[in-house]
Amino acid sequence: MTKNWWKLLAVVFIIYTIIAGLLFKVPHLAILHESIRNLYFHVPMWFTMIMLFLSSVIYSVKYLKSGNEQDDLRAVEGVNVGVIFGILGLLTGSLWAKFTWGTWWTTDPKLNSALIAILIYLAYLVLRGSLDEEQKRARIGAVYNIFAFPVMIVLVFVLPRMTDSLHPGNGGNPGFGSYDLDRNMRMVFYPACIGWILIGFWIKQLRFRIRKMENYFLSK
Amino acid sequence: MTLYSQVRSLIKKELVLEWRSKYAINGILLYIASTVFICYQSFKKVEPVTWNALFWIIMLFAAINAVAKSFMNESKGRQLYYYTLVSPQAIIISKIVYNFLLMIALSVIALFFYNVVFGNTIGDVPLYLVSVLIGSLSFATSFTMISAIASKAGNNATLMAVLSFPVVIPVLMAIIKLSKNAMDGLDRSVSVDEIVLLLGINVIISATSLLLFPYLWRE
Repeated sequence: MTKNWWKLLAVVFIIYTIIAGLLFKVPHLAILHESIRNLYFHVPMWFTMIMLFLSSVIYSVKYLKSGNEQDDLRAVEGVNVGVIFGILGLLTGSLWAKFTWGTWWTTDPKLNSALIAILIYLAYLVLRGSLDEEQKRARIGAVYNIFAFPVMIVLVFVLPRMTDSLHPGNGGNPGFGSYDLDRNMRMVFYPACIGWILIGFWIKQLRFRIRKMENYFLSK
Repeated sequence: MTLYSQVRSLIKKELVLEWRSKYAINGILLYIASTVFICYQSFKKVEPVTWNALFWIIMLFAAINAVAKSFMNESKGRQLYYYTLVSPQAIIISKIVYNFLLMIALSVIALFFYNVVFGNTIGDVPLYLVSVLIGSLSFATSFTMISAIASKAGNNATLMAVLSFPVVIPVLMAIIKLSKNAMDGLDRSVSVDEIVLLLGINVIISATSLLLFPYLWRE
């Protein structure tokens, strides 16, 4: 129990955010109205994705230093789960956009950046798929993973801020910044972020263990 | 040998190899000329926005063709020979510098062709030339490392495209914005942000290339 308390915390937080996120009072803002509740489900997906990609890069660096196969497995599972969370982020955002903007997708800098960020990591998975030899695959994959990370950071955090965007929080649209995110919302938003990040790492850990077992039985 | 002299002799080697065969430079030149001509035949007359976008699209594909082969032409035996002689940093620096020179030459020629065929509507020519220079540098830094990765993964042309496009798109978006500012002849203070951003991206990409190439190269 001492080692697994964070999994319990994750489950409690997620159940709490689903209930509180749909039932608690939210401020009534122009354009957003009730769809502001999407904040609890859309934004944590991106936070989780970034954290998983960050952990993946850290394990890629570790792999290049140590050459330990398990570091490589952790790195690739970080990307696998991160891509899933990225796709969930796109889907929740797209659903929200349908109700708020009236369209599933627009050519907005923030949306495009998010899509390209996912393309970078899909390219990483394609690169790994094209190599058969395990050590070579791990090494070249790690190199590309580390190389692409700073580009992804520029893409997601710097470029959209340099242009106007329809996305909440940019260009005068009501957003989730400090001035209009009130105390009630923070009470749900922060647990949601922590809960989803923990869930992401839990899935990653499970997938890593499955891969480790598969490798163990295959080599026997 | 010091790193500097290693880099210098490697760049000299690249230039001599290029000069002897002239295969790459002639092929790319013909590619640029025919693409510009095809665009001219299909567009006849273009708006300034299209002018700018079309120029960078032509440059993007020329850059992929020109830079992609920088590691693919090297045979395994020759790479082993370099490995015994020089440090990996010298190799990647020399490739980046050589590709930068190649890209400058290609962009200047392409810009000339393009101006002859489509006419010139640039508002601020010096700033546009700066954006072309920074564009050449960005293409050189990002494609060189990607080409090294793709060459290790079996010289696959599809892989080169798949790996390079997501990495180069953010750079290309910033370049197109900068050169659009130059086309419209906006005040130069507007473009300072883009120039700083692009130089920053180039520093980051070069630094990560320098750090990572030794791991990629070792076999």
